[in-house]
Amino acid sequence: MDIKEIKSKFPIFKNKVNGKQLVYLDSANSSQKPKTVIDRISKFYSKEFSNVGRSVHSLAVTATNRFEETRDLMQRYVNAKSREEIIFTKNATEAINLVASSYGEKFIKSGDEILITELEHHANYVPWHFIREKKGATIKFAECNERGEVDIDEIKKLISNKTKIIAVTHISNVTGAIMPIKKIVDLASQKKIPVLVDGCQGAPHIKLDMQELGCDFYTISCHKMYGPTGVGILYAKKKWLDILPPYQGGGGMIEEVKKDNITFPGSPTRFEAGTLQTAEVVGFSESIKFIEDVGIKNIMKHEKEILEYGLEKIKKNNSVKIIGEPKNRGSIISFSIKGIHPHDIATILDEDGVAIRAGHHCCQILHDKMGLVASARASLGIYNSKEDIDILSNAIKKCKKIFNN
Amino acid sequence: MDIKELYQEIILDHGKNPRNKNICKDFNKDAKGHNPLCGDKVHIFLKLSNEKKLENISFEGEGCAISMASASIMTEIIKGKQFNIAKKIQEDFLNMIKEGSKLNMNSLSDTENMTMMSLSGVKRFPMRVKCATLAWHTFIEAVEGNKKIVNTEN
Repeated sequence: MDIKEIKSKFPIFKNKVNGKQLVYLDSANSSQKPKTVIDRISKFYSKEFSNVGRSVHSLAVTATNRFEETRDLMQRYVNAKSREEIIFTKNATEAINLVASSYGEKFIKSGDEILITELEHHANYVPWHFIREKKGATIKFAECNERGEVDIDEIKKLISNKTKIIAVTHISNVTGAIMPIKKIVDLASQKKIPVLVDGCQGAPHIKLDMQELGCDFYTISCHKMYGPTGVGILYAKKKWLDILPPYQGGGGMIEEVKKDNITFPGSPTRFEAGTLQTAEVVGFSESIKFIEDVGIKNIMKHEKEILEYGLEKIKKNNSVKIIGEPKNRGSIISFSIKGIHPHDIATILDEDGVAIRAGHHCCQILHDKMGLVASARASLGIYNSKEDIDILSNAIKKCKKIFNN
Repeated sequence: MDIKELYQEIILDHGKNPRNKNICKDFNKDAKGHNPLCGDKVHIFLKLSNEKKLENISFEGEGCAISMASASIMTEIIKGKQFNIAKKIQEDFLNMIKEGSKLNMNSLSDTENMTMMSLSGVKRFPMRVKCATLAWHTFIEAVEGNKKIVNTEN
């Protein structure tokens, strides 16, 4: 696979950052966009734009078809049983809020338990916190171990007759730990507990097959998948979509509206209130095509190679501590340097064109657990090369030099 | 711009060996500052006399080199000064960091001026401005704010 050629499809890399070539290691936060995605949005607005699913004029038909094609592509990408199981949201956060709100409203009562883990991003904790407050439910946190992963036994021991949902990340956005989703689903299904998977760090990096994974809900952040911002996806098994109440009310999601009664259609319409981010959804179709053209298996292979190279290289630097040592790791390396705050690291690296993330990465529970206020994180995308890692490694050495430790 | 203009020796020194980093025993006012975006935390403790003199000031906190150095430098400079003077220094400092203007306090010694100027490089790093200003805002809150004023005597 020619990474240089793949990288050349991303216009952003033609620009210099602080006079240096851009080394983008912040894809877990948001990925860069290939030209095909950018051009697709422009073409849609220039030639095909209209609101979708409403009017009968020609443009509306074209726009609706283009929009719905993305749903078909996504159904294929995650191997959902039907296209109705794919719901567009504004982001993965909204997708989780949708489930927490609609499922929580209907099925969670006072004293019930919501099972999550200490690895969760705030997006997979705060929505459940709202339900906890509203319904008087309890949230149980499956503990993460010193390797930065959650053992299946930690989840097993917290499952009780009161557990109403298990919500877990697919891959930790801090330690990179890949969760044993299939095993969790197996455990949960014995007790008929639905499982929601926060797939933000999964969808862009590993092969997804909802039939194999078996989870009830899977949420996706499209801007982390080389797609536009403003688009998220909720995959949900049809059996849930048939019985969950709508999340938001408005135009487009109704069947019939009378003064004394309103009825709602089935999924996905039922859950897609108001005008959606039409152009972005159409643009996202090119992201899926991009990933499929490169091939998810090739992406996995390439990222694994760069990850292993990066881990080895960074480990050689004695003053750098890598956060977490999961047995199965996604393309994320979080680290700290003794005596240098992650924000100072990020500023110094930026001077060399190296973009990383510093902070708690929306995972305060995990950082508290590890006794850290913040950490630095380098995360990979398909465009990263060994050269990027070399530049990162040298920039880290520069931090040490500036701080003279 | 060279990164070393941001991380000057004075800043690195204050960051590594912060002055007045403790809870001063005689404090009668305090306030906490928190930057939730990056996690910088600072807690300012000070003793304000009836004549509005800052008889003592110290801080506790966790954060990046810029935030800790800035807190350390602030306590060193305003300790022993009248509050109204310290407030002018604070305004002067904020103008320097945010607007890039020169310090125009006449009452500061050359060393004090130079120490404060060492943080002027932050202006060119917009994402780091909040790190540098956190302690200075918290200091004003401790004296004038009503969110959290603790008196050890009560």
